[in-house]
Amino acid sequence: MAKANANSKDIVIEVRNVAAGFGDHIVLDHVDLDVYRGEVLGFVGGSGAGKSVLLRTIIGLIPKREGTIKVFGVDMQAASDAERQAIERRWGVLFQQGALFSSLTVRENLQFPVREYLNLSQKLLDELAVAKLEMVGLDASVCEKFPSELSGGMTKRVALARALSLDPEIVFLDEPTSGLDPIGAGEFDILIATLQRTLGLTVFMVTHDLDSLNTVCDRIAVLADGKVIAAGTMETMLASNHPWLKAYFHGKRAVERHGA
Amino acid sequence: MSDMLLEGKTEGERLKLAGAGAWIAENAHRLESEIDGETKRSGKLKRVDIDMAGVERLDTFGAWLLERLIRAFSARGCDTKVTGLREDYRALMEELHAVKPEAAPVHHTGGQNITYALASIGHSIVSVGQSLASIVNMLGALSVTALRVAARPGSFRFTSLVHQLDNVAWRAVPIILLITFLIGCIIAQQGLFHFRKFGADVYVVDMVGILVLRELGVLIVCIMVAGRSGSAYTAELGSMKMREEIDALQTMGFDPIEVLILPRIMALIIGVPILTFLGSIAALYGGGLVCWLYGGIDPDIFLSRLKEAISLQTFEVGMIKAPFMAVVIGVVACVEGLSVKGSAESLGLRTTASVVESIFLVIVLDGFFAIFFASIGM
Repeated sequence: MAKANANSKDIVIEVRNVAAGFGDHIVLDHVDLDVYRGEVLGFVGGSGAGKSVLLRTIIGLIPKREGTIKVFGVDMQAASDAERQAIERRWGVLFQQGALFSSLTVRENLQFPVREYLNLSQKLLDELAVAKLEMVGLDASVCEKFPSELSGGMTKRVALARALSLDPEIVFLDEPTSGLDPIGAGEFDILIATLQRTLGLTVFMVTHDLDSLNTVCDRIAVLADGKVIAAGTMETMLASNHPWLKAYFHGKRAVERHGA
Repeated sequence: MSDMLLEGKTEGERLKLAGAGAWIAENAHRLESEIDGETKRSGKLKRVDIDMAGVERLDTFGAWLLERLIRAFSARGCDTKVTGLREDYRALMEELHAVKPEAAPVHHTGGQNITYALASIGHSIVSVGQSLASIVNMLGALSVTALRVAARPGSFRFTSLVHQLDNVAWRAVPIILLITFLIGCIIAQQGLFHFRKFGADVYVVDMVGILVLRELGVLIVCIMVAGRSGSAYTAELGSMKMREEIDALQTMGFDPIEVLILPRIMALIIGVPILTFLGSIAALYGGGLVCWLYGGIDPDIFLSRLKEAISLQTFEVGMIKAPFMAVVIGVVACVEGLSVKGSAESLGLRTTASVVESIFLVIVLDGFFAIFFASIGM
């Protein structure tokens, strides 16, 4: 809902002291993180560092062991079912593999959440499905296709359209550009930036893509050893002396990319 | 904030519309009917001014409805103008201005007419033909592979065969024994109940013996195996297909038929006759038990009567059929498994089709065997 105002430091997601893990394996060791309204936060870390675990903990798919998570100022654990549902309606999630419902067509996938929450005419639903598809750079011709008939890039776009179908305020993106070719990934980055501007979204993006971090992210948070070791702009990251950050942002691939 | 989201006033040939409140998803239903009400306004209109200054919030839903309003009046030849729209919503409106919903393909709402019914009959007949063709195709490929493996026995996947045998035969023994035992009991009980009316109790032994050994033993076992192992084969191969494991095998220079399918079908060819034998014995045992406890026929009498009623031939007729049935079940399961497409739904469909088809074909094959054995006098 277009209320973009990146200047105000209005915290929409507040993660405090969160611990999570599987069995004896501790993945998140008392993590703190803030996400501000209207920003694009890039969340990086090594493979297996727990980036997706934090994302899934925030959206409630993995139970946390300790700490608090507040979304729009509401403590998710203390919230009643109705409150939690109201908040879930205000965010959209793009899963790594798209997670489109394979038995529904693209149009039905996009309309499914809308149909559940709102009572709209079929005509309006159909028009909105096309509108969302065009916003993510596809067109009406994919409406009647099934997810299995889509290419990787199209799947990501349709999944993004579905994440946006209820006009959420926060979008969680789990490695949105993984598996896309550099051109497709670049286009997807631009798409995210455009949508973020037009819809005034807050974007929480788990990524590995240095180009995405460079082009669309306002701020970067780094997860290593189960903690957020740094959060700030690209300049802060480049200036840091932390060995992991140095390896990540000044590594061979990074240097080739932005010549730093 | 007034209750109305959109209010209109006409001044001659000019319509003044004023938006108010929150044009967001929650109000979209109400807003749509108000907007449709305005666009249906009769009378000649030349100019439409839409004042959006009163709108506090706008999301895609509201913006699209505004776009629809503008389009409706523009299509009527009115000069349409939007004023007072907040600057941050400008980009969203521009985005939606380019949308062309008319380009959407008409979605099929299902068949209401006779053409659709005829078309679906046609489609299903074609698909029956196609699945028969692919079964024959698989039989051919399997024979070629079997001959090639026979020439080089070292390349046969013996470990895989043993693993499959464990799954389809050894682990199936308890349930097969239980089911066939119960079937034997039921046949004997029903036979006794009805034969007793004309004093032919003892012929129940003949009925149980012939029925179980010639037909029921093998049929019940095949139906169980189709439901238990055929579906498992389809699901296994189908999910391997979905995750490109079969393509991976092929690129490494392995023949999926040799690696995956031949051991599975060999396991069925060995396993089904063994299960049929065990099943038949269990059914005879059940029949004998009921004859003794319910019909008062002593086990001694049952056995001597059974020896007269059946011959080795009766047993052979049942056992000869078993490996052929096994091939049918295995081939159908593998064909269906390999025709799984990318989606989870297709995996479910194929697994169902595999079980239904193999049970159907097993019964058809049994019919052909009946004709065949009758004509050669067995």
